[in-house]
Amino acid sequence: MGKCTNKELAIEATKARKLAVQMVYEASSGHPGGSLSCLDILTTLYFDTMNVDPENPKDPDRDRFVMSKGHCAPAMYPVLALRGFFPVEELHMFRRIDGHMSGHVEMNYVKGVDMSTGSLGQGVSTAVGMALAGKINKKDYRVYTILGDGEIAEGQVWEAMMAAAKYKLDNFCAIVDVNGLQIDGRTADVMPTEPKDKKFESFGCHVITIDGHDFDCIKAAFAEAATIKGKPTVILAKTVKGKGVSFMEDKASWHGTAPNQEQYMTAEAELDAYLKELEAE
Amino acid sequence: MGEKIATREAYGKALVALAEKYPELVVLDADLSGATKTSGFAKAYPERFFDMGIAEADMQGVAAGLATCGLKPFTNTFAMFAAGRSWEQVRNSICYPGLNVKVIGSHGGLSVGEDGATHQCIEDFALMRAIPGMTVLNPCDGPEMMAATEALLNYDGPAYMRLGRLAVENVTDTVLDYKFEIGKGVMLKNGTDVTIIATGMMVQMAMKAAADLAAENISARVIDMHTIKPLDKEIVLKAAQETGAIVTTEEHNICGGLGAAVTEYIAGVCPVPVVLHGVEDEFGRSGKAPAVLEAYGLTPAKIAEKAKAAIALKK
Repeated sequence: MGKCTNKELAIEATKARKLAVQMVYEASSGHPGGSLSCLDILTTLYFDTMNVDPENPKDPDRDRFVMSKGHCAPAMYPVLALRGFFPVEELHMFRRIDGHMSGHVEMNYVKGVDMSTGSLGQGVSTAVGMALAGKINKKDYRVYTILGDGEIAEGQVWEAMMAAAKYKLDNFCAIVDVNGLQIDGRTADVMPTEPKDKKFESFGCHVITIDGHDFDCIKAAFAEAATIKGKPTVILAKTVKGKGVSFMEDKASWHGTAPNQEQYMTAEAELDAYLKELEAE
Repeated sequence: MGEKIATREAYGKALVALAEKYPELVVLDADLSGATKTSGFAKAYPERFFDMGIAEADMQGVAAGLATCGLKPFTNTFAMFAAGRSWEQVRNSICYPGLNVKVIGSHGGLSVGEDGATHQCIEDFALMRAIPGMTVLNPCDGPEMMAATEALLNYDGPAYMRLGRLAVENVTDTVLDYKFEIGKGVMLKNGTDVTIIATGMMVQMAMKAAADLAAENISARVIDMHTIKPLDKEIVLKAAQETGAIVTTEEHNICGGLGAAVTEYIAGVCPVPVVLHGVEDEFGRSGKAPAVLEAYGLTPAKIAEKAKAAIALKK
């Protein structure tokens, strides 16, 4: 923990955003919106918080991560590549029949992935299983999972939370990427889930609400979660869908749409400018 | 034929008996441990038993997570909820990543009896068989169930196994050189006129049918097909070539189960008449188990009738 400065994290997250947009553009398909919204959290996990080793990706003592919102492969794969699990060039194979970078997060071919996901609501249960295994096997590792705020309409999410609370899985930390949008529109309209904090609290979780784009807040939340004993932690991270690309921000239509060439050039220019700004600081 | 024991009972005993030998074995249940017979394990090894409540979808997912950490989870609930309610969790969280989870469905088929159609799962073979790479087992008696349970502990990958509610007579314990192997059917009785390929508790009925047919000078071979997938192609092909007619019998809808598996295979390699015996695409209903089975024609007499029909179809 505490391996990176905020500036370093911001640089890695911006590089990851560039790669995410590039992957979706090259594949002419994929999910940019929710990938961009969770990238500051995911970058913090892999570069700062989690104990993982790209040279030993199956280390039984490693921390684990499950991308429960499995369509956010354009967030997951770039972060793993930048962290050194595989070459960045492999990202060009995203969603291609001649490669293994499948459209939703996949564990058997993509080095560093701990669980295959894609069907919403399922990843969180597998993360609970990993945390339970940590207790059974008397290991000290922690398990993290990112859920979408649309995803928590799935009943299985609440089944998983009841189990995490029952087994006092204080090694389990779920982050809800609260970007407020899902495919059909505003989460508040499609299926209201507020008050999320009270819901998770009543399910026996320790709840922390943060700005999901503020690295100090993200780091502090993970540090707080690690001190909580006897119950799981849920971090409600307020984020902006499409974060970092002006025309994608807070637009449901960018949930699963690829940019055209012009849009891609604009996005890349914006992210490049931001990267330059960060590096000049 | 010997003593009677329900396969769920034998499975419950097997879990306890094998627990020391296989320390990675963990057992999950969804509030049915008394019925699924995991309660013995729960009592003997409480630190390795997890009651996940009435939340089957979560149970399968948690098991998947446990499997990624080197444990050998067996999930338990009724067949209806294992294969039915949590089908997609079994497909996407267990089978797609190829994780070592054993999905156990108790109370399969119409012999659930009084509880009626909502609990009489007659679709589990079809549902589980349709998932790429899934192994599907349905042992017929206590000794076979004990052997199958240990075989599953030594098999690395996803599998589904059905357990039955009713006590059934032992038929495999007297078979010479009996050896349980996943994917290998067992010939319980040789015959030359027709082959009855049976699974689960229909094996005992097939043996009775074969005895009745013998009285009419019809020689029926009986195969205990404890593994529905992967199908033992060798034993099926041999049966087709040597007896020229096949009857399949299962406590399952005739759509998509054992009969379908046999037909799909044999039609392309050695087309002989195959007559399917099972539930004729209708829901079950409440009643005492033997009465329900009788009402739906799951009887030795009906198997014998189908055998004669298959023989009549021979050219």
